[in-house]
Amino acid sequence: MNRAKINRLKDKAFKYFGIFASVIGIVILAIFIGFVIYMGIQRLSWDFMVELPSRFAENSGIYTAWMGTVWIMVFTTLISFPLGVGAGIYLEEYGKKNRWSSFLEINISNLASVPSIIYGLLGLGVFVRMMQMGNSILAGALTLSLLILPIIIVSTREAIKAVPSSIRDASNALGASKWQTIWHQVLPASFGGILTGVILALSRAIGETAPLIVVGALVYVPFAPQSPLDEFTVLPVQIYNWVSRPQEEFVINAAAAIIVLLGITFIMNGIAVYFRNKWQNKMQW
Amino acid sequence: MDSQTKSNQPKTSQVKTKPKLNSKNQSFKLQANNVDVFYDDFQAIENISLDIVEQSITAFIGPSGCGKSTFLRLFNRMNDYIDGFLMNGSILLDGNDIYDSSINVEELRKTVGMVFQKPNPFPKSVYENVAYGLRIQGIKDEEYIENRVVESLKQATLYNEIEGNLEKQALALSGGQQQRLCIARALAVKPSILLMDEPTSALDPISSGKIEDLIHELKKEFTIVIVTHNMQQAARVSDNTAFLYMGKLIEYGDTQKIFTNPEKDRTQNYITGRFG
Ligand SMILES: Nc1ncnc2c1ncn2[C@@H]1O[C@H](COP(=O)(O)OP(=O)(O)OP(=O)(O)O)[C@@H](O)[C@H]1O
Ligand SMILES: [Mg+2]
Repeated sequence: MNRAKINRLKDKAFKYFGIFASVIGIVILAIFIGFVIYMGIQRLSWDFMVELPSRFAENSGIYTAWMGTVWIMVFTTLISFPLGVGAGIYLEEYGKKNRWSSFLEINISNLASVPSIIYGLLGLGVFVRMMQMGNSILAGALTLSLLILPIIIVSTREAIKAVPSSIRDASNALGASKWQTIWHQVLPASFGGILTGVILALSRAIGETAPLIVVGALVYVPFAPQSPLDEFTVLPVQIYNWVSRPQEEFVINAAAAIIVLLGITFIMNGIAVYFRNKWQNKMQW
Repeated sequence: MDSQTKSNQPKTSQVKTKPKLNSKNQSFKLQANNVDVFYDDFQAIENISLDIVEQSITAFIGPSGCGKSTFLRLFNRMNDYIDGFLMNGSILLDGNDIYDSSINVEELRKTVGMVFQKPNPFPKSVYENVAYGLRIQGIKDEEYIENRVVESLKQATLYNEIEGNLEKQALALSGGQQQRLCIARALAVKPSILLMDEPTSALDPISSGKIEDLIHELKKEFTIVIVTHNMQQAARVSDNTAFLYMGKLIEYGDTQKIFTNPEKDRTQNYITGRFG
């Protein structure tokens, strides 16, 4: 066999391996989603969305859980978006390139891979106990914000880095100050990327269970939260609670709640894709 | 590092004194005095002194990597952003040192405009591109802005070509039109000097020709410094030509003379295409 033939064979082999790997991933996901939908769809109803949790599976709803999830996500967004994007801009645009900054950089990347339960413990120690927020929405949102900050910072920096330097040069050469260049050119050009990073980070936060259990998300909350200092539960915690019950009915409830959670996540990802495309169409060079 | 300490002593260099331009009643807009430039340990410019005549076109020529862009970018301090950049000597604009700590760099760049090698319009409308330099100065008077936009586009000979359609997306223009838009954008803030770094090297011959004509026209109002790899272009458009080689100024003087009867063999070899 000559070299060209061997290369073509390698090419083929790799192609089939690639197809095989993709199919496995997709099939497993499809089976999982199909199974959940099959189990849970019968339970999905308006009542299920607006009922409070109950001892009886058939009367139980996820009202407090999804309300808690919405509250938590709103506050997590309010906290993590300005902090993460601000830190990303600082590190990329203002931070001096020295040993300290590369140390910081490595550590931020490392933080992105710390297990979420560790953040839960940190939140429990700092927000719940030291700052005496108790097991409140605020404590939960702050904990989740810490968890996703590294992701937002890293993706903000990547988005900013992708802005062509020719645009910066053009702005600077016209007498723009550093902040004017960032505000009028760099941020608009990178906003699609920043937004995508933020929303992907938030979709991670929405599914987190462990850190919220550690900071004290409750299993049974009879009221929807009224303020950020109220106690709360969230969908993943509710799901976790239901699947660990022996009765079949509760497991069906869990499946239905998973469908709702998946729905919210898909919608968020959809928004991310929409914004990214919208911005990329506007920004073509 | 010894070589990086500030010294005004000319080092071993071809140019000990300033090359005299045989131009009696012309005033100098820009003056470089004993300029060294370092990128970390690498010396990109070695002891260059040269004066640029007001309302004339000065061309920098030389082989790739000889320091033309580096030298050009000294005049609007665009090298300041580069890590490890260090300069000795002085650059005077109308007699004032632009590297003095009292100089406001943003103000300087309103006086010294720049056009880059690759057309780099903002991803906005034609109007907003040209208005940008005025808007960032805090100018709110929309009537004034519109006048400046139209005037600058006419000056850059683009207005008729886009048929006054100012809302057109800049990125939808052709390369040559984009480059003239960038020139209009630079003109809008009323600079007195225009720096151009190979402004036609990314363009087809017809677009290049249009820009050359434009440069000729602009000379009446502006002091223009242009970097080019195109010998014919330098010969056609410029009044004075500086030949740089490996960070040194080899020869500087009247374009006619440089291209017909250069003093140095190296210049001769370069312009006849024997090296570089
Ligand atoms: N940012 C930088 N950091 C380090 N060295 C640089 C930097 N920019 C340029 N140099 C070096 O300085 C020297 C001069 O570069 P410069 O870009 O001024 O050359 P040039 O004459 O404009 O070349 P060309 O005709 O290819 O544009 C080159 O050797 C280059 O490698
Ligand atoms: Mg260059």
